[in-house]
Amino acid sequence: MTPVQIIGAGIHPFGRTDGRSGRDQGVFAVRQALADAGLEWTDIECAYGGSEAAGNADIMVNELGLTGLPFINVSNGCATGGSALASARNAVGSGQCDVALAVGFDKHPRGAFNAKPGDWGLPEWYGETGMMLTTQFFALKIQRYMHLHGISRATLGKVAEKAFRNGTLCDHAWRRSPVDLDTILNAPMVNDPLTKYMFCSPAEGAVALIIASEKKARELGADGVKIASIAVRTRPPGSFEVFAPAISVDRGGKPTELASQAAYEAAGIGPEDIDVAQLQDTESGAEIMHMAENGFCQDGEQEQWLAEGRTELNGQLPVNTDGGCLACGEPIGASGLRQVYENTVQLRGRGGARQVPGNPKTAYSHVYGAPGLSAVAILER
Amino acid sequence: MTGAVPVAEGLWTDEAEPRLIGGRHMQTGEIVFPMPGGDAAQHFDPVPLSRTGMLWSWTSQDFRPKSPPYAGPEAFVPFLLGYVELPGEVIVETRIEGAALSDLKLGMPMELVLTEFAPGRTTFAFRPSA
Repeated sequence: MTPVQIIGAGIHPFGRTDGRSGRDQGVFAVRQALADAGLEWTDIECAYGGSEAAGNADIMVNELGLTGLPFINVSNGCATGGSALASARNAVGSGQCDVALAVGFDKHPRGAFNAKPGDWGLPEWYGETGMMLTTQFFALKIQRYMHLHGISRATLGKVAEKAFRNGTLCDHAWRRSPVDLDTILNAPMVNDPLTKYMFCSPAEGAVALIIASEKKARELGADGVKIASIAVRTRPPGSFEVFAPAISVDRGGKPTELASQAAYEAAGIGPEDIDVAQLQDTESGAEIMHMAENGFCQDGEQEQWLAEGRTELNGQLPVNTDGGCLACGEPIGASGLRQVYENTVQLRGRGGARQVPGNPKTAYSHVYGAPGLSAVAILER
Repeated sequence: MTGAVPVAEGLWTDEAEPRLIGGRHMQTGEIVFPMPGGDAAQHFDPVPLSRTGMLWSWTSQDFRPKSPPYAGPEAFVPFLLGYVELPGEVIVETRIEGAALSDLKLGMPMELVLTEFAPGRTTFAFRPSA
């Protein structure tokens, strides 16, 4: 596999955009990415894209142009964006083409996701008795983690406070107002210990990334960012995932640990080399646990990290610099690509008020979702 | 609970002190819950599980889940749920009865009970052991 770069990045603001379909938001993002790369739609040789709830990506050609390019629809749940990016990287890295597109978009109804047991291979009683909610899983995972590793409720609140503070500095974020720690901690409980400000919400948005070979990037004089590695992994035996009526007494590994280790190995660097990170923050506790699962700290050290502000924009390892899912919401098909978009912005030094200081050279992104999968991408400048 | 019917057949045994019914894999011996249905069932033997275990994690459900699939009463009452480890068998997700949130502790002993979660319908739950 030859090295590839991201040479164009576009985003449709996350949140709620009444009157514009998810796919039209995707088209918006593609046009922005093309303009960013200085390319025309006719320059794109192949495309990968998808959404969870806003339809097929390939009919975007109605708006973008009938160039005859191969356009592969990706339908991979929470890994839709990550899988699209991995596929585009593979197409360019293998020499199949020189310029490829990865696009993800979505538009979800208001309120919590409403899963049907049959779609997940689960019996109806599991949903009927009120145990099939994604929010419960995250609460159950962090509850145990807090008791085993000494994480306080205040630390959960600090994660959300940071997210909303970063969101105020980010033009693609949905939540643009700060929320203070007391308000976060005393808000209505969704699932103990997580209050409503500690959860992200389903939302809308779109991201497009244009991938090119290094040769093509040089020819174009592109402001490119290198993709050092991408790893997508599903759950190993004995992991604890969303929608589990029972789990094994033989506790095993985690999909995030597998994806993380594979990505570090392929990039030839370790967590100590990362300058900025976007970690899946479905809720506050997820960011805490994912700091350890991605190798940035030991279990329990997050308490001190947050107290010392080490994950703030000017900290040792800035985490979720655009406010993450907490401030941007979670349009499933676009969420993982948003993280890579934000890392591209940071490595190019275009973050404006939220720019991480010190010319960051390496950036890490991690998306996690049902039914137990993770995608990690490491970018280098 | 007279006249109330189980939310599903085959989830627990029909005896004075009911036990959940899991499946033991014929080759590996691994125990799962619930007993698998469909083609996967041919690889598992049904096995009654321990009535007692230890609390593995817990949370509260403070808003009414979307319906369907939720089949509880319209007038929502928040409830507790969690995972209970049945030693050497499997860790099951369950509703928690007979306790307040502040009572719950990691590793506390729990025992199986049946509960009427909706009018006329029962499901399993665990409560702190007496």
